[in-house]
Amino acid sequence: MNGSEPAPKRAGWWPGAIALAVATSYVIALLGSEKQNVIIALLIVGIFAAGGLGVLGLLDAVSRSFAEHEDYMGIGAIIAALTVAAWFHENHFVLLLVITVLLYTVATLGLNIQFGYAGVLNFAGASFFGIGAYTSAELNPTGVPHLLVLLIGGLLAALIGSILLLPVLRTRGHYAAVVTIAFALLFKTFLEVNDVLGGPQGMQVKGMTLFGWSFNDNIELGSITLSFYLSYFALALVLLIVSFVLVQRLERSWIGLNLDALRLDETAAGCFGLDIARWKITAFLIGNFLIGIAGALFASVGGFVGPNNYTFADSLILVSILLLGGIGNPWGLLVGAFIVVVVPEKLQTIQEYRFLLYALLVIGVLLFRPEGLLPRPVRRYFPGWRA
Amino acid sequence: MSALIEARSLVRRFGGVIALDGLDLVAAPNEIIGLIGPNGSGKTTFFNVVTGIYDADAGNVMFDGGDITNAAPRKVYRAGISRTFQRSRLSLPLSIFDNIMIGNHKRLSQGLWFNLIRRADFKREFEENYAAARALVDVFEPQLADRMFDPVAGLPMIDRRRIEICRALISAPKLLLLDEPSAGMTHEETAELMDEILLVRERNKGLTIIIVEHEMSVIERITDRCIVLNFGRKIAEGPYREVAANAQVQEAYLGTA
Repeated sequence: MNGSEPAPKRAGWWPGAIALAVATSYVIALLGSEKQNVIIALLIVGIFAAGGLGVLGLLDAVSRSFAEHEDYMGIGAIIAALTVAAWFHENHFVLLLVITVLLYTVATLGLNIQFGYAGVLNFAGASFFGIGAYTSAELNPTGVPHLLVLLIGGLLAALIGSILLLPVLRTRGHYAAVVTIAFALLFKTFLEVNDVLGGPQGMQVKGMTLFGWSFNDNIELGSITLSFYLSYFALALVLLIVSFVLVQRLERSWIGLNLDALRLDETAAGCFGLDIARWKITAFLIGNFLIGIAGALFASVGGFVGPNNYTFADSLILVSILLLGGIGNPWGLLVGAFIVVVVPEKLQTIQEYRFLLYALLVIGVLLFRPEGLLPRPVRRYFPGWRA
Repeated sequence: MSALIEARSLVRRFGGVIALDGLDLVAAPNEIIGLIGPNGSGKTTFFNVVTGIYDADAGNVMFDGGDITNAAPRKVYRAGISRTFQRSRLSLPLSIFDNIMIGNHKRLSQGLWFNLIRRADFKREFEENYAAARALVDVFEPQLADRMFDPVAGLPMIDRRRIEICRALISAPKLLLLDEPSAGMTHEETAELMDEILLVRERNKGLTIIIVEHEMSVIERITDRCIVLNFGRKIAEGPYREVAANAQVQEAYLGTA
């Protein structure tokens, strides 16, 4: 570093580490509680704690700490996830919830590339998730290696999504959104009338087997029994880590810059050599690929696929995660997915009103924090890099 | 000297309005040409037709030995023409560095594998480009060069113009089209910016500039030659003093007495 320049103050690692530890304990407490009044109390405490920290400016300290020491925070987050999984190692229900959060985050990472970076609205997220899921349902019983099935699920989602490329390229903004809504509606009808795909009743999905290891058996370690969901958890975590790193690298590259440039001003981007169609297509395909892989794994975890799991309403849930967590910020998606998936499951009393809750949450966020709970920071190609 | 850009009989209509009416324009390498005329005389339309934002209804444009008539904007850029916009078109949430790199698109590696996997190579390319962008900004305003990763949204108009011009210059174009660089700035700021533009040109000999401007002091000071448009036609051409004394030009600006 050049000695004559004033050395910029570096944020410490400890605000991030403390926040991570507190968040992990909070997550464990919330996931472990059964009583409705305890859960409500925890949620209220959580909301006020986050709000209070935000007012005191401590959240900024945390996000700066995360930005500066991202590698360590990433490892910390992995340890946190493993801690949560270890804590609930025999609790099927909680592990299923955690896996759902992980896979929804992977799917919204895909949406994030499309909408957050390239500005292509996709209201058919659940359909592409469903394409992955049905791929698992069809291919798991065959001899195709199950890791390959996940990959095929992603590829099929990208391939079928390319039907939408022409309308998406030729329309902008709301009109492109309407095209994807139409696709979501058609997709559900297509599943319902197709007997090969189980029709309206849907079909069972065979559990995964990896190198002879069946994912649907509980694991016996001496006297301890581990939930079979732990295998799925491990795979979902690996999938999340890989896609998280790739999406982050994408954002911190010339490609991320291209996508931002075309989202913010297509005309100016075109005047500086950008091939608008090429990059919109790239973003749309990569996004659907991630959504498809997440869907393929999720179907194996849940063991069932049906048309009603992949409706327009489910697409809206994915979009609300994106709006809630922070468009363009992968960390925010994790927080958003946790809120959207876990809160209604734990708060059984509001189950029927969960769409009302999403709507209120999203409206509240759009009004008071339009960039989401964790807004996207300005691009730093290499965190902590200084000339 | 042979021409760098040569537009012949360019016509562009918008419905019944003829924005460009058989315009001929030739610029030699290293020339600074002022494109002036009353509002609506077709100056910006000329830029938009050259850069491919609009198609010409007739006529052609040759640039650097190739035909760029009705070429897509990105091909025009690749051929070596960069521009700024009348109303600033920076990407406000992005940093200064990002905005300038948008202008360097043709020299950045665009492969997925390179960008996502070969991060060490990417880092090298990033560092080279960072140094180049910083050096360019430094010519304009050294204080900005220390803030390369600040978002553009918080900057005053003169700094935004500087960044827009840096974005146009970073790819070392042969022809720079400046569309009213003084818009929204004070006289002093405009004078400062023009000094900086001349300084940049000192360093890149051979850069041709066509500038659209209403601020006549700017035109007088920096241009070698002026072309005056009115209703899409060229009504005068020559050094500023000559053109300013032209009766037809005075009539176009002031109306008949």
